[in-house]
Amino acid sequence: MRLSVRSLIAVGLLAHGALSAAQGPAGREVSDTMAERMQACVMCHGREGRATNAGYFPRIAGKPAGYLLSQLQNFRDGRRQNATMSHLMQHLSDDYLRAIADYFASLDLPYPAAQASSLSADQQRVAQTLVFKGAPDRQIPACVACHGANMAGRLPAMPGLLTLPPDYLISQLGAWRTGQRHAAPPDCMAEVAMRLTPGEVDIVARWLSAQTLPTGTRPQGVDGPPLPLRCGSGER
Amino acid sequence: MTARIRRGLRLVLVLLGVIALLVAWIAWLNLRGESSEAATAEAKLADRALIERGAYLARAGNCIGCHTVRGGASFAGGRGIDTPFGVVMAPNITPDVNTGIGGWTAADFWRALHHGRSQDGRLLYPAFPYPSFTHVTRDDSDALFAYLRSVPAVEQANRPHRLRFPYGTQAALAIWRALYFRAAALPPEPHHSPGWNRGRYLVQGLGHCAACHSGRNVLGGIRNEWAGGLMPDASWYAPSLASPSEAGVQHWSRDEVVRLLKVGVTRNASVSGPMAEVVFSSTQYLSDPDLEAMAEYLATLPLREAPGPDAQRADADLLVRGGQLYGQHCAACHGDAGRGFPGLYPALAGNRAVTLALPNNLVQMIRHGGFAPATVGNPRPFGMPPFGQALNEGEIAAVATFIRQSWGNAAGAVSPLDVLRVK
Repeated sequence: MRLSVRSLIAVGLLAHGALSAAQGPAGREVSDTMAERMQACVMCHGREGRATNAGYFPRIAGKPAGYLLSQLQNFRDGRRQNATMSHLMQHLSDDYLRAIADYFASLDLPYPAAQASSLSADQQRVAQTLVFKGAPDRQIPACVACHGANMAGRLPAMPGLLTLPPDYLISQLGAWRTGQRHAAPPDCMAEVAMRLTPGEVDIVARWLSAQTLPTGTRPQGVDGPPLPLRCGSGER
Repeated sequence: MTARIRRGLRLVLVLLGVIALLVAWIAWLNLRGESSEAATAEAKLADRALIERGAYLARAGNCIGCHTVRGGASFAGGRGIDTPFGVVMAPNITPDVNTGIGGWTAADFWRALHHGRSQDGRLLYPAFPYPSFTHVTRDDSDALFAYLRSVPAVEQANRPHRLRFPYGTQAALAIWRALYFRAAALPPEPHHSPGWNRGRYLVQGLGHCAACHSGRNVLGGIRNEWAGGLMPDASWYAPSLASPSEAGVQHWSRDEVVRLLKVGVTRNASVSGPMAEVVFSSTQYLSDPDLEAMAEYLATLPLREAPGPDAQRADADLLVRGGQLYGQHCAACHGDAGRGFPGLYPALAGNRAVTLALPNNLVQMIRHGGFAPATVGNPRPFGMPPFGQALNEGEIAAVATFIRQSWGNAAGAVSPLDVLRVK
């Protein structure tokens, strides 16, 4: 019976149109906020969109809003394949997807700690070369040229990659290589993914995953040096 | 000896005669009522007001829902409709001359809608719901045609249907149509109000609500109109509109029905699954008078109570396990007592959607989660996580059983096999 009084209060609040903070049967406050609406995302992407670098699900907190909006639309419209995400997005409007993207982009949450690297010294060198210098002889630009000098992303639509689960990174690069994932044309990431060897994909993914960033790191601004490739998502 | 041969021959001739008569009868059943249709004047089809009315009617019929592939060009077809007989591919209905219906006349279009026959004379598959669209008036058919002529032409070849023998043959279709299809207008019933008649026209015609909300027999013919039925792909169950314990709205206020169709959520109900798609791409765009008319008609559907739920209690162990999972994963939003937060998170106590005899919809919601459709009245809907990412079949069965047998709910238990069966 301890619930009934609270329920009555909740009903009373609702009857007065005060949806903004209803006290729930479980004693939890349910408020009319984006945070409450995004509870549907928490189970996989972690509380407030922050996932650890174990498992599969990517962190979405603090990624550029332009990137997040593109991904939400891609899932909804079939340009990116994930049955779960496609199902969740299927009846949502562009306006709402923009609000969702803005919400997660605005979150500034701590990154998971750096991990001891599973890579050999040689592999570390290969990874760092690709990340900071690229492979100009094979037209592979440095990751940092697009994803930000500290790999925390670059506005308006390049995601940060550090601390993402290696399985996730490997699977995304694989999806680009097999045509399962597309970015807005011209799809620069597809070009880069095709030029990497499967071995390089594995090494770079594991290196990126093991790094960390200080709390408060934001994506690089739009006014950096020009992108090394033409990228549909970078030009928005 | 010769007498026996002669008798045999006579039997064969009689049999052939009977078959010929049967074929002629089936052919007649398929073609009756068709006459050479009047053409519609070009000036009329180019009329701006007619095109706009056609756009509205295309929303009412949710044409785009089947005739557009996810993320694809509007009305260019390509979406596969899963049926028990195979996959029917929705065709391109943009005005492209080679791959769409750019070469059609208004009379051709009317014949497809009203008689279920294509421009080239082929019988159409009833996955295109012409048993409902046959009720659409010629005037509305012309408006739809005028609108479809105005959308961008897209060159996209139709993909062939993938139907098992014999369902893919015209002969099978002819027999099906002889059994289950009659081209027929829907003359107004003068003893009912104009609103009721308009509602019936929308619900039974373009809205093609009966296509999902009816029981079908093994041949896919409608057996029990409004009695509820599994979707053709067996994923979701479209609940009965004849039964107030399923989705019947006979005892609802008209305002609440309008709100559900327009907004997607009310204080006590929300749409999910295929009905969320209907609200998202169709009913939210309908005018208030049309929604009120539909509500008025739906409230008069004859009551037919579904057979009582299986009240057998599940094992105590299963309910305890389900209760633990509920406390862990569900109670934060739906409440310890299953009361939810009206309008935000639905109550589960007394919720018709969770106590349906078939547990499909509850299993779908637990497994895949989902947001209510974004509408003008509910632009930022609340959502539920896809618990299939965290719970296995046994756990989903346990928590579903707990929900179906708590707080006064008394529906049948759900087994892990039931969960696996839900596609």
